[in-house]
Amino acid sequence: MPLLEVNHLEVCFGLRSGSVKALRDVSFTLERGERLGVVGESGAGKSVLGFSILNLLSRPGFISSGHVNFEGKDLASLSPSELRSIRGNRISMIFQDPMMTLNPVLTIGDQMVECLLAHRKISMADAKRVALQKLKQVQIPSPEKRLDQYPHELSGGMRQRIVIAIGLLLDPDIIIADEPTTALDVTIQAEIMDLMLDLCEKNNVALILITHDLGVVSQVTQKMLVMYAGRIIEQGPTKEIINDAQHPYTQGLMNALPQMALPGQKLNQIRGSMPPLQNIPRGCAFNPRCEYAFETCKHNLPSFTQSGNCLVACHMVAEMKQVAAHKEEL
Amino acid sequence: MTEQTNSLVQIRDLYKRFSISGDLLDQLQFKGGKIVRHQEYVHAINGVNLDVMQGEALCVVGESGCGKSTVARTVMGLLNPTSGQIAYKGERIDHLNDRQILPFRKKMQMIFQNPYASLNPRMTIQQTLQEPIQFHNPNMSAAEVRDKIHEVMFSVGVDPTWGERYSHEFSGGQRQRISIARALAVDPEFIVADEPISALDVSIQAQVLNLMMDAQEQRNLTYLFITHDLSVVEHFGTRVAVMYLGTVCELAPTKQLFSQPRHPYTQALLSAIPRLEDDRPDYIKLIGEVPTPVNLPSGCVFHGRCPHANERCRQEIPVLRMLDDGTQVACHGVEENRL
Repeated sequence: MPLLEVNHLEVCFGLRSGSVKALRDVSFTLERGERLGVVGESGAGKSVLGFSILNLLSRPGFISSGHVNFEGKDLASLSPSELRSIRGNRISMIFQDPMMTLNPVLTIGDQMVECLLAHRKISMADAKRVALQKLKQVQIPSPEKRLDQYPHELSGGMRQRIVIAIGLLLDPDIIIADEPTTALDVTIQAEIMDLMLDLCEKNNVALILITHDLGVVSQVTQKMLVMYAGRIIEQGPTKEIINDAQHPYTQGLMNALPQMALPGQKLNQIRGSMPPLQNIPRGCAFNPRCEYAFETCKHNLPSFTQSGNCLVACHMVAEMKQVAAHKEEL
Repeated sequence: MTEQTNSLVQIRDLYKRFSISGDLLDQLQFKGGKIVRHQEYVHAINGVNLDVMQGEALCVVGESGCGKSTVARTVMGLLNPTSGQIAYKGERIDHLNDRQILPFRKKMQMIFQNPYASLNPRMTIQQTLQEPIQFHNPNMSAAEVRDKIHEVMFSVGVDPTWGERYSHEFSGGQRQRISIARALAVDPEFIVADEPISALDVSIQAQVLNLMMDAQEQRNLTYLFITHDLSVVEHFGTRVAVMYLGTVCELAPTKQLFSQPRHPYTQALLSAIPRLEDDRPDYIKLIGEVPTPVNLPSGCVFHGRCPHANERCRQEIPVLRMLDDGTQVACHGVEENRL
């Protein structure tokens, strides 16, 4: 049995203008110790996915159908108190902006101890010891001093290390990291990603890394899923998708990276932009922007096609392969 | 100021510091039985010399807090330099008053980072574009203004019939196109772009970058392009200036900088870019974090994190030196042939 199994998850936001589906038919599995990347542009639903795993959606958002099975328990149907015993304890979450996640009026030590006391029967002294040990794990210089400091006294990179330390406090099975390095500079990003990778490997923690940065995903994760307009459009081993993307959108995303074009040449752009969720085109949501689209794509929703080790939601996968093979023959 | 061949904008010995000690009462402190006035400054730019050549795209890269945006704003005259000079085509512009600078404002335009904040939400696109055109060309007839708006909207790929809409009706990419249209509306020669694509998604980034490159070709524009994204620089820039803590540490033609970075900081920065190809590259790990620009380190600003620093680096401030291959680098190690 996989550690986490998401089945046909659908999330709705009830708005005055009618309800909007932010996630549709999202299914994937995560094994113990596995690292999964969730990629997509803003509005694709990747953060909503992260939130809905722990049922952290606040009104007007709610899970309208589907299941999130964690060790056989359906998180979508648990009571608030049962959920609390899992949140932070078994599955913890790291958010994008460490300044927003840390409480500005509590010291680092207080915040860490608070988290421990809430979940464990543990004495204050022991809690402090655990906190200190975790701070050491995330390689913060002079950790003893940090316990008595406030978040504003620390730099962005250091704050994100603290957030990671808090995420690891209770030795969770899964860490969901929502754009953990987007607010940081590249040199700091490289350090933090390295640290997270190390910690996950050492402690056999599964990681769900939500990001828009394909470079980061390719270096950290083993499996990835690409989202577009609330749906998964491609999933499989990261290496395979990076080296040989099947879905035209994934291909477009990769080709749009500046490193994929010769200096001074025009970048390969995808025309148009992602449709708003209220107004998703019929058939394949990507069809108005897709250069391969034909009649079927405008009417029928593509189901997943197995291609190698990847699942691709595209009508044209087989045809595109033929074309590619044909080109090679020529 | 001597004019160099085909240099459009010259920045000479630019310094900019910001006071962070509040007003006079905040500055007074009681120390050792006496009341003393204590002032603190953020040293945002410390002696920057740059030439933007006619027709090029000069990229300024660096991490947050290195002063790259301050350089952009000072060049545009949005901030007054603490000391130093800025010249446009040989004419000094940094000390001009609001009226005197007007003719230069028409030639220099700026594109900002966040298109959600830089467009007025209460103005239609038509009004947004109309304002600079009318302001800088008071003699234009209404029909000419309308034609001009039509033309710039068309050239940035925004449907000219959408002029009556408000900015909130557009997506991020379209908004950034409109800000580019606003900059192009007065037919500038020089555009300062401060992180114009960092708020946008990957597929939209490509569209906006292409648009900026097209505009450069068609209108013979010169760019000063501020960014933290090195992969964009590699694609877009003619030359690159790498900044660290308010100083330029390396200035080189793009190709050269990427194939053979000389400054240890540039090397570390380049190695930290997450690439698609390799699994876990061996990036150069820097020790510690960027020091605060309030108390600048002595000597080379980078010495605290530099793996090659020696005694001289800790004491003497390195200056930009031209190497044989045309790279300019401010590093004692490179100068002494240690690196």
